[in-house]
Amino acid sequence: MYAFTYHRPGSARQAAGLLAKKEDAKILAGGHTLLPTMKQRLASPTALIDLGACGDLKGIVRKGRTVVIGAMSTHAEVAESAIVQEAIPGLAYLASHIGDPHVRHRGTIGGSVANNDPAADYPAACLALGATIVTNQRKIEADAFFTGLYETALEEGEIITRVVFPVVSKAGYAKFRNPASRYALVGVFVAKRGSDIRVAVTGAGEGGVFRWPEAEAALKARFAPKSLDGLKASAEGINADMHADADYRAHLIGVMTKQAVAQATGK
Amino acid sequence: MATVSMSVNGKAVTGSIDPRTLLVQFLRDDLRLTGTHVGCDTSQCGACVVHVDGKAVKACTVLAVSLEGASVTTIEGLAVNGMLHPMQEAFREHHGLQCGFCTPGMIMSAVDIVNRRGNDLDEKVIREDLDGNICRCTGYHNIVKAVAAGAEAMGGQSMDQKEPPRQAAE
Ligand SMILES: Cc1cc2nc3c(=O)[nH]c(=O)nc-3n(C[C@H](O)[C@H](O)[C@H](O)COP(=O)(O)OP(=O)(O)OC[C@H]3O[C@@H](n4cnc5c(N)ncnc54)[C@H](O)[C@@H]3O)c2cc1C
Ligand code: FES
Ligand code: FES
Repeated sequence: MYAFTYHRPGSARQAAGLLAKKEDAKILAGGHTLLPTMKQRLASPTALIDLGACGDLKGIVRKGRTVVIGAMSTHAEVAESAIVQEAIPGLAYLASHIGDPHVRHRGTIGGSVANNDPAADYPAACLALGATIVTNQRKIEADAFFTGLYETALEEGEIITRVVFPVVSKAGYAKFRNPASRYALVGVFVAKRGSDIRVAVTGAGEGGVFRWPEAEAALKARFAPKSLDGLKASAEGINADMHADADYRAHLIGVMTKQAVAQATGK
Repeated sequence: MATVSMSVNGKAVTGSIDPRTLLVQFLRDDLRLTGTHVGCDTSQCGACVVHVDGKAVKACTVLAVSLEGASVTTIEGLAVNGMLHPMQEAFREHHGLQCGFCTPGMIMSAVDIVNRRGNDLDEKVIREDLDGNICRCTGYHNIVKAVAAGAEAMGGQSMDQKEPPRQAAE
C-alpha cells in the first residue's frame, strides 16, 4: 500500500468538503474492496476520507412506501434490520448472503453500489426494485446509475448518502455463489410492483448488471415459476471466465430466475 | 503519522502510527499480541479475525487508525485468570486443530457465531457461518464439532472480555 493521509470527518457535508479540497482523495467506507485494491497497488489515493464517523450516513428507516437505507449501513445491519425483513424480505436475504459474516460486519451498501462490481449482489436489487441512489448532490434512478463494469453515474466528488427502495408486493433473490469468493456467478433479483415486473441479473453480464426483458414479459402473464418454463437466456454478451463459460452462465440465469420467483411467491 | 486510541482486551492503548497500518499489524507489531495471525493478507482466510465492538472482522482489512475509540478483543483476551475460554477448551477437547495456524481466527469467529445465534447451533449453521475461515489441515469436521460443543458450554453469555485478563498464577 502506498502512503496516504487519513481524514475522519463527522458528516457527509464535511466529507464532501475534504473530497473537493484534496487532490487524488478517495472515500473509505467499509474498506473491503478499497483496502485489498490498495494493497495490490491497483489504487493509490494520496488521501483517504473515512466515512466511518459520519452519523448522518447511518440508519435504516421506513418512509411511507419506501425503505431508506443510509450509505454506511453494513450488510449485516441490512440483513438483520426488522424494517427490511418486514418490508422487503428478499433484500434482507440478499444482504445476508454477501461474502461471509466478517465481510458483512464491515462492507456497506454505499460502497458496494459505488463500486458496481459485475458480480456484486446489491446492483441486482437496486435495478429490480427500481431504487433511487441519493447523493450529496442529486437523486439518480438505478436504471441510469449502473453504467458499465465498475462504472456508475457518480461524478467526481459525489458521495452516496442513502439508497431508497420502493416497497414492492413481491421480491426474491437467488444466487449461485462462486464457492471460493462467495460473489455471484449468477444472481437474479425479481420484483413485482403492481403490474410492473423487473428481473435483474448480476454476475453474468459482460457490461455488469442488466435486466432480462423476456423473463419480465413472461412473468407479466402470471408471476409464477411455471411461467418461465422453456424460456432460455441468450449467451450473447454473457461473461466467460475460468469460473464458468457463457452457456453455463446463461443456463444459470434461467435456473436462478425461477428460484427467485419461487422465493418471492413463497412456493 | 497519526494517533489512535482504542481499548484492546480491556486495556486502553494509544499508538502513533502510519495511517497505512492495518489493525493486524498494530496488534502484532506494535502491541506484540501475536496470537492474531496473517494467513493470506487478502481478506479470504480469516486467520486474522478479531472482534471490534463485539463483532468479528478481518483485521487484515481494517485500518487501525479508523478504530478511534473502538473496543477490540483478540484471542489473547478470551482466557480469564489463566482459565481457557469454553470455546478454546472445546477446540482442545475435540481436537479442533492440527497445526493451529487458523485456530485463533476460528475461535474468534466461533464466539461471534454464538453471540449472534445463541448456544444451540446445528452443523449447517456452523459450516455456513465459518465460510470466511479457511483451514488447510483439519478438513473442518472436528472444528464443527468443537464449535457446537463450545457454544453449548458458553451457556448464554457473551464472552468478550470486559476486564483485562490477569496473569495466570504460576
Ligand atoms: C472475501 C470477500 C467476499 C466478498 N463477497 C461479496 C459478495 O458475495 N457479494 C458482494 O456483493 N460483495 C462481496 N464483497 C465485497 C463487499 O461487499 C464490499 O464490502 C463492497 O463491495 C464494498 O463496500 P465497502 O463498504 O467495503 O466499500 P469500500 O471498499 O470502502 O469502497 C469501495 C469503493 O466505493 C467508494 N465508495 C464507498 N462508499 C462510497 C459512498 N458512500 N459514496 C461514493 N463512493 C463510495 C470508495 O471510494 C471505493 O472506490 C466481498 C468482499 C470480500 C473481501
Ligand atoms: S489474513 Fe486476513 S483474511 Fe487472511
Ligand atoms: S489447523 Fe492448520 S490451518 Fe487449521
